[in-house]
Amino acid sequence: MRRGFLFLMTGFALTIANLALAQEQSITVPKSIEAGSAFSVQCAGSGEGTLYIVGPGQVLRRQVQRGATATFPAGSLTHAGRYLAILSPSQSPPDAGSNPVSSFDVVPAAQPAKMSFLARPSRLPVDIHNAITGAVYLFDAYQNLILTPLPVSFELTNPSGAVQKRSVVTRDGAAWTAMDSSAHEGTDRFIATTGEVSSTRAVVQVTGDACNLRMNVAPADGKLLVQTDPVRDCSGNAVPDGTIVTFTEAIHDEKTTVDVPLKRGIAKVEMPAVRDATLTVASGVSLGNQVRWEK
Amino acid sequence: MIKGRLLAALIFAVTVLLVVVGTRWPIPSAAAYAGGEQVVRTASTPEAAVNNLCEKIRSHAWDDAYNSLADKARFSALDFQHDLVGTYPGLLTYSNLDSFEMQPLHASASEAEIRLRLKWATVVGPSVVTRQLRVVRDGDRWQVEWPIASQPPLAPQVIPVNYLRWDVIDRGAGDDWGMQNVDAPHVRIVDMHPVQRAEGTVILGELLNDDIYPAYVSVTATLLRKDQTAIASEGSFDKISHVLLPKQVTPFLIQFPDVTLADVGSVRMTPFSSLIATSADPVIEIQGQHMSPAPDASLSGQLVNQSGQVANIAHVLATFYDQTGQVVWVADQYVDRALLPQTPSPFNIHIPEDLARKIASERTVVASYSFRGAES
Repeated sequence: MRRGFLFLMTGFALTIANLALAQEQSITVPKSIEAGSAFSVQCAGSGEGTLYIVGPGQVLRRQVQRGATATFPAGSLTHAGRYLAILSPSQSPPDAGSNPVSSFDVVPAAQPAKMSFLARPSRLPVDIHNAITGAVYLFDAYQNLILTPLPVSFELTNPSGAVQKRSVVTRDGAAWTAMDSSAHEGTDRFIATTGEVSSTRAVVQVTGDACNLRMNVAPADGKLLVQTDPVRDCSGNAVPDGTIVTFTEAIHDEKTTVDVPLKRGIAKVEMPAVRDATLTVASGVSLGNQVRWEK
Repeated sequence: MIKGRLLAALIFAVTVLLVVVGTRWPIPSAAAYAGGEQVVRTASTPEAAVNNLCEKIRSHAWDDAYNSLADKARFSALDFQHDLVGTYPGLLTYSNLDSFEMQPLHASASEAEIRLRLKWATVVGPSVVTRQLRVVRDGDRWQVEWPIASQPPLAPQVIPVNYLRWDVIDRGAGDDWGMQNVDAPHVRIVDMHPVQRAEGTVILGELLNDDIYPAYVSVTATLLRKDQTAIASEGSFDKISHVLLPKQVTPFLIQFPDVTLADVGSVRMTPFSSLIATSADPVIEIQGQHMSPAPDASLSGQLVNQSGQVANIAHVLATFYDQTGQVVWVADQYVDRALLPQTPSPFNIHIPEDLARKIASERTVVASYSFRGAES
């Protein structure tokens, strides 16, 4: 009974001694620092020790003099997250169980340095409501996602100069918006801006199929010069160059066909001049006029 | 142990013996393939003369072949070579004569007529060229008169072309992850039809580029059993025009040898498309398309390259429809010569006889490849 009491008292005394030692050897760190900024750590006690800073994807080790302040230059800690500062006896590995430990946060910089801008789709038909979406993620110079709310401006400018604008505040590091595709074909510039950072994407507005396709036929050097009028969709937008227009010339049980790409809005080709031949024109699902060559 | 050594020694001795025999007394065709002497016999008959000429052509001995001709004064050795493999690089330029067949048509004491079928082995399969030869007797030997078919030279001229071309800027290594590539072109299968043929199941169909940019396309089909397990998966390979301009339609044909259509529960079609840097030229006109009825049904016509650029390889793809407008067959042919500007080049596509009677209409497209530029 007496021996047991002796053991208990000894253990209690050792615990108090350890606590006193820990108080004497404590380290003081800032509550939080900005990623990449300089900071300092105050190490209490006397003698030499090794200070370890351990965090997400990064570890710093520094020989320190207890009782002095250890300073770390700008750019020492760049990854945002929770860090541990551990003060170990000199040349000993870090042991958070038996050595003084303190924790602090590294937070992203307040101002964004980079932006990731996802714009979808890269092309779409004209005149569709809320069909273009833009999502922005803001990062500091060290690629840390900035979680504090920041205003982002979205602008969609069409070739005629008309602008759609939206202003959105980021939430959990992201902001997004939806815009209408414009009424006319062409390439729109989709710009996201926050502070001095901006990013641009190209969004192409595509016309529909050819509408009211018409061709003219004229003799030229013993052949027929077949040429379409400017090819437009049913809204009056020019069908893009490169679109295939098929000309067919049929006579009895023979025919001649040629696939011609639109160039500068029209398709033209020379075809054999055959009396009583019937010429037709088509593009995609659109059928144009028909001409009978009787000369 | 001793038996093993004895067997090894025996195999070694037999190998040495066979090498010596093969080297000392090679069979003629092996010697010809090895670049040695040709399989040339005395031209004592018309067939032997034609055989000798073909063996020389097979071994690319153009001068020897030319010198053996009876009418060589009419053209030069270069004309003869160009007649066989083309003046400009084309399909036959990079091919070899694989085999040949002779069909005697007429023979007398002094002359004979022979139909010659030259079967060239090209990168896209065999290409058969048929020539009708006159063989004449000169003393105790026979000589071939070559029916030269030289192309008329092109008149020097300038052909103005509004060159339309698309280039693609892809995402770079330094771009942030939000910078994505431009979306792949939107393509659509507008028709698909499985048919049972003697050689297996065939999937026929048509693919449309529904986008405003050119697309590189291909189609894969997977045949599924009724319990949805896969039987086989095949691609269209070259039975398709791989580059489609906006609103252009290509037929495709996918073959599944040894698969019976009755075993197929469903077909899963997977079209693929990606952006491609290409040009809209050359424009190729298909003149005088004419379908000959069965027997020996075929689609013939002429290709006319309307631009000023030589199209080295041309691939003609024909889609055949029945009266309801459904695709009943897809057939193709490579033109073995380069398409020169404004110069007609014939083609003839064979149509299976059992299908010929069902065909009510056809649509033909041409894919071409120029060595100086991209496919179009």
